[in-house]
Amino acid sequence: MEGIMEQPFWANGPKPGSFYDFHAGHSSKTTTVMPVKHTQYPMVTGSSVIGIQFDGGVMIAADKLGSYGSLARYRNCSRILKVNNTTIMGAGGDYADFQFLRDIVEQRVIDEECLDDGFNYTPRSLFSWLTRVLYNRRSRFNPLWNTVLVGGLQDGEPFLGYVDKIGTAYQSPTAASGFGAYIALPMLREAYERNDKMSEDEAKTLLESCLRVLYYRDCRAWNKYDIAIVTHDGSRLEESKTLSTDWSTADMVSGYE
Amino acid sequence: MEAVKQGAATVGLKSKTHAILVALKRAPSELSAHQKKITAIDKHVGMSIAGLTADARLLSKFMRTECLNSRYAYDQPLPISRLVNMIGSKSQIPTQRYGRRPFGVGLLLAGYDTAGPHIYQTCPSANYFDCKAMAIGARSQSARTYLEKHLDKFSNCGLEELIKHGLRALRDTLPTETDLNTKNCSMGIVSKDMDFTIYADNDIAQYLQLIEGEERSSRPGRREGAEGMEQDAAGDDQPPAAAPDPQVGGPDVQPMDQ
Amino acid sequence: MSSIGTGYDLSASQFSPDGRVFQVEYAQKAVENSGTAIAIRGKDGVVFGVEKLVTSKLYEKGANKRIFNVDRHVGMAVAGLLADARQVVEVARDEASSYRSSYGNPIPLKYLAERVSMYMHAHTLYSMARPFGSSVMIGTYDVDGPQLFLLEPSGISYGYFGCAIGKAQQNGKTEIEKIKMKDMSIRDLVKEVAKIIYLVHDEVKDKTFELELSWVGEQTEGRHELVPPEVFSDAEKYAKEAMEESDGSDDDEL
Repeated sequence: MEGIMEQPFWANGPKPGSFYDFHAGHSSKTTTVMPVKHTQYPMVTGSSVIGIQFDGGVMIAADKLGSYGSLARYRNCSRILKVNNTTIMGAGGDYADFQFLRDIVEQRVIDEECLDDGFNYTPRSLFSWLTRVLYNRRSRFNPLWNTVLVGGLQDGEPFLGYVDKIGTAYQSPTAASGFGAYIALPMLREAYERNDKMSEDEAKTLLESCLRVLYYRDCRAWNKYDIAIVTHDGSRLEESKTLSTDWSTADMVSGYE
Repeated sequence: MEAVKQGAATVGLKSKTHAILVALKRAPSELSAHQKKITAIDKHVGMSIAGLTADARLLSKFMRTECLNSRYAYDQPLPISRLVNMIGSKSQIPTQRYGRRPFGVGLLLAGYDTAGPHIYQTCPSANYFDCKAMAIGARSQSARTYLEKHLDKFSNCGLEELIKHGLRALRDTLPTETDLNTKNCSMGIVSKDMDFTIYADNDIAQYLQLIEGEERSSRPGRREGAEGMEQDAAGDDQPPAAAPDPQVGGPDVQPMDQ
Repeated sequence: MSSIGTGYDLSASQFSPDGRVFQVEYAQKAVENSGTAIAIRGKDGVVFGVEKLVTSKLYEKGANKRIFNVDRHVGMAVAGLLADARQVVEVARDEASSYRSSYGNPIPLKYLAERVSMYMHAHTLYSMARPFGSSVMIGTYDVDGPQLFLLEPSGISYGYFGCAIGKAQQNGKTEIEKIKMKDMSIRDLVKEVAKIIYLVHDEVKDKTFELELSWVGEQTEGRHELVPPEVFSDAEKYAKEAMEESDGSDDDEL
């Protein structure tokens, strides 16, 4: 009884563009059994995302390359998202999966704006939710192929969290994914351990130098990048910039031909 | 709606810092203990009930699940306003569908979230109200009269003062020959630094002493019929489809809370 | 309604011999029991106003709002059973979000109105459910300019330049008809809306009420939002002054 009653009245209501179906739920359905296939590798990918806490804020940066295997296929893929006034996120890995997550997050932000009850996503709540989603998907052997950094101000304090496609999640004042975990993270940590109260400008210069090293060393990196910043004044996604690079020493590299 | 009026009275009120619930408990017979009236939902919310206890249990289970979900998914307590909104949506459905009856219970919720302390009232009609103070249940009109009279004092008073107001309001619902005691009265308190805590039996004695021997406010009138609990202008006349199931109160379903 | 009690009014799935569905008409009566809500479509947007009756002073200020956001660009003002109306709001939000996820664009109001009214209409067709006891007005402002729809319990939806629902819907409509809304900006209309709400409020029957005002238009960049506090107080002041003036003139006549 309960089972029947629990069915929403509007279930199987007309899909966009069609009319009301009076036989909803009673039509004989033929189900075709097909082999289940799960994501086993990403298609178009983004590389590293890096983030750091500074005095009174957090910033996250990532380049804009969408690689198709080793091919530098798309050169203008934004992987950073401003969620609301206190929260930002950035993702590496499969770009379509990121877009999927982004659409959900954006809709949830709209839902919350509509409620207009004074409660909004905080970095910690978004981070917690993403962790649950990614871990749940990996437990069903169908992961969303992303590593995500969530940053922002939680009760006025900087927050930076990392979560990857298998649901591994931690918080840390410095974080980097992909190749950045090998190349950028040591640089970020060294700088942060020397000065954990760096200014916004210092932090930005540091992230830019990390992106530059990544561009030199990581074959899936690019020189055009996005950076998003949260401070007490709010959050902003800055206009895309291009790294200044110097390849003059490239002539002297030898031995790899 | 009548089911709510039959339940023992309960009062909720809040200051700038605390939200409290006080409730009158009844014993269905000499042999049984007094029925529990106040229940914790989560660390930051609790509720007290007037009406069918069984229906209240269903709702409290629902609320506990929702609160737990919020803590699991978002690592934060569920805002009270959203919790109440969910109850509203849940209880609206049986008022509109054939073959169901509305929940025969009114709730007072006390909670604390980042927006401060809250008292909410929910009704079988699926309406809910954000209140400064409220009383529901049998003879609760007298308590509401007390609350309205002292409304301006609540927001700035300390916890002890607030409890006194709550107990006095509750006492006004009692017939003159009975008084509050540790057996028939319980209380729940929540604030920023204090999880929802229930005081009953011996724990409540010290608070009852605060108002002991005080002059009772004027004898409340006994006109329960005229009492308009749900005066919402939107009109609460239940549509025919939503007429309470005749089974309620029948031999099988005992209205527990009497 | 001479046929009340003839047994044809118990179910929404039965016609009376003279071809009416009484449950639907009762639902429309339910709408007339609640505080008035009006909406006016101006040249650069839509303004909503609600007379929210406060039935007990124990209630918190701003409790039980009757203007809702459906999406960033769509606002909704309701009259009737509030619990029913909230259900409609929820359905509308679902429709808006489903449209966005399918097509990546904000839902056009025409389409939203059609979907929600279909949902309300579906509740007039079966004996297993009763119709909604609430009417809702939805409005937006986009590239096609301002739009306003009124959805009724029967499932009817029409576009309007101005509409009023609730207790004083007749008075409200008469007042709205006096306004040349097509040439007015929402900045000016918001004052008129406030004035009408004050005007149609019945002080004898309903003592206190809270005014709710919201708008969506060019100035808000197509977002639906409650009017800012300073605009609100301006509008309220204007309304009260207008009331005093009209009171004064009444006295003169006496």
